[in-house]
Amino acid sequence: MTKDITGAEMVIEALADQGVKHLFGYPGGAVLPIYDALFQQDKIQHILVRHEQGAVHAAEGYARSTGKVGCVLVTSGPGATNAVTGLTDALMDSIPIVVITGQVPTHLIGNDAFQECDTVGITRPCTKHNYLVKSVADLPRVLHEAFHIAASGRPGPVVVDIPKDIQFAKGPYSKPREFDHKGYRPKLKGDLNKIRAAIELMQHAKRPLFYTGGGVINSGPAASQLLRELVKLTGFPITSTLMGLGAYPASDPQWLGMLGMHGTWEANWSMHDCDLMICIGARFDDRITGRLDAFSPGSKKIHVDIDPSSINKNVKVDVPIIGDCAHVLDDMVRLWRTGSVTPDKKALEAWWQQIGKWRARKSLAYNNSNELIKPQYAIQRLYELTKDRDTYITTEVGQHQMWAAQFYRFEEPNRWMTSGGLGTMGYGLPASVGVQLAHPDSLVIDIAGEASVLMTMQEMSTAVQYDLPVKIFIINNQYMGMVRQWQELLHGGRYAHSYTEALPDFVKLAEAYHAVGIRCEKPGDVDGAIREMIDVKRPVIFDCVVDPNENCFPMIPSGRAHNEMLLGGAAEDIEEAVTEEGKVMV
Amino acid sequence: MSNAGTTTHYPAATVSQQVESHTLSVLVDNEPGVLARVIGLFSGRGYNIDSLTVSETEHEKHLSRITIVTRGTPMVIEQIKNQLERLVPVHRVVDMTIAGPAIQRELAMVKVRGKGDNRVEALRLADAFRARVIDAGTESFVFEITGASDKIESFIALMIPLGLVEVSRTGIVAIGRGPEGM
Repeated sequence: MTKDITGAEMVIEALADQGVKHLFGYPGGAVLPIYDALFQQDKIQHILVRHEQGAVHAAEGYARSTGKVGCVLVTSGPGATNAVTGLTDALMDSIPIVVITGQVPTHLIGNDAFQECDTVGITRPCTKHNYLVKSVADLPRVLHEAFHIAASGRPGPVVVDIPKDIQFAKGPYSKPREFDHKGYRPKLKGDLNKIRAAIELMQHAKRPLFYTGGGVINSGPAASQLLRELVKLTGFPITSTLMGLGAYPASDPQWLGMLGMHGTWEANWSMHDCDLMICIGARFDDRITGRLDAFSPGSKKIHVDIDPSSINKNVKVDVPIIGDCAHVLDDMVRLWRTGSVTPDKKALEAWWQQIGKWRARKSLAYNNSNELIKPQYAIQRLYELTKDRDTYITTEVGQHQMWAAQFYRFEEPNRWMTSGGLGTMGYGLPASVGVQLAHPDSLVIDIAGEASVLMTMQEMSTAVQYDLPVKIFIINNQYMGMVRQWQELLHGGRYAHSYTEALPDFVKLAEAYHAVGIRCEKPGDVDGAIREMIDVKRPVIFDCVVDPNENCFPMIPSGRAHNEMLLGGAAEDIEEAVTEEGKVMV
Repeated sequence: MSNAGTTTHYPAATVSQQVESHTLSVLVDNEPGVLARVIGLFSGRGYNIDSLTVSETEHEKHLSRITIVTRGTPMVIEQIKNQLERLVPVHRVVDMTIAGPAIQRELAMVKVRGKGDNRVEALRLADAFRARVIDAGTESFVFEITGASDKIESFIALMIPLGLVEVSRTGIVAIGRGPEGM
């Protein structure tokens, strides 16, 4: 016979049983009983953020860098509504987090009580699932279920809304049990017949290509290992989405770089011209496909995804395989091996020759300068000076994010945390806080834009409070760079409100937060300043003042196909003629 | 660059396939908010609802059955089914339009007001349509009619000149023919 405990104590018990070590949160009236219970235990460390959005992004960073479920505790009303951006971000990028929200007492729900909002109503479309707990008897089961749902299948955010009277009420606690739900049973193993059909297509493909995404990362480190094995066995080229970077090592010769709107020339042309596309854990997002009716017109498509609703959503595929990436890749590797399958080597050779020609365009080339720091140069130097360290990178959203994806080369999964689906400016700083907490001895860098980082700058205070030596590496061009780029290319150079006229002095700002500020304005000073940043064992804001007019290339403009990509002025002009309009962008 | 006029950074809509009507039967846990989840999915993703019925069907198991008539291209219909199945309280989704022969029925209550010949004619037509009189007064009837939607439509159309006052319809419910359950 176990003794009854309060709902608030159940929350602590359940989190501890679910392996939660760190909880990101912000107190308030409707969660005071849980905070009281937190105060009287030492199993879970609470991290006090400065804004609830920051708590959710920190939990996302924590989850993405560890593969565990991130956990958040916020109060009712504004606490819950402030968390909505983070929840939507986690839903779009399939990140497992559990967010516990306080709610007004059950008898006041619907009364427009102080700090009341319809949390389950508001978060229904931005969570994988959510709960309003109306009886303390349901609380242990709901909490365990929330963790199971967040982490299994296609991961995502789950909200548990707990009214204050339920936090006070007493009842028996129960440990996590085997989860059995009629409506929720994600399928892990792929259909073997479909996998055989895929292998058959791969064996005879003349111009095959792996197109992989965040699903490989979410599936765990085994999936990345198996992917590497399969790519090596087949000898096929591989590209990846923004979300999938790191699943395959960027240093490998079979790696074509990222694809999509700001992907490499070789990756996008290979997508367009391939005769077999093997999509693993990616979802044919519009940033990837560009114009749908001209998307890879001549290819057969294999699509591995754990979420059936990702199949045939945007692009009709020939061989859909519903299952977890690691399970399906395991079967693929095994079938390839045991069947002694050999690819069409002659055709592959010709395909690689063609790819070599595309590579020769050097689509990421840029005109460096001795006067102004080019943003690409800054990120290249950052990469060179940190690649041999145990480094994790987060980003904000915009040009700097794309340059980071292009120029920072990832060798391992879970090292790259960026807001892909929702494109949330302000993601990177709080995410870096979560990453650093999970990896206290690692080098954690937020490659930031000066506009994005100001959206969640207050989390610098969190980093300082918990001695988290995150490095906020700001590519400061004084513009919302991607907005400026689109205004230049598509809106006649009318730069409506994309210039920030009154930026703070980031060095002084760092000092105001009791952090370290470093400014760098000359290309010749970049290396020294980055070394200084790395050597400081405290949080740093690095203000890298860059060329304000640099654009991010290559670029597939609006509504165009992969073969209508635009290149920057520095790319090699050889063979396949680019149209004049495609050539010059400035 | 010649992209003026299409200054969006999203791809243009592509040519779509033929739009079809499908009837979906959805078995769900009868818990608070489950209907909101289903309806929110439709409104949030821009799907159509032509008809919607919902009621608890298995009390002990707390199961409800939702019948939705929706329209869309085959790709959209497939999406709707997959998106519905993603909802945690949803146990099963069956597309009655393609799962095999199915029966679809609707119930309507039709109020008609009139005197003299119109009254006699309304009763005569009701008899022909096997509509039952469930309320009668000296100058009005309420008819109960069940059947396929087009039959109900025809009956209502005939009642208009005879003094149709109002109609209340359940929306479509559907069940597969033969011995198997969904």
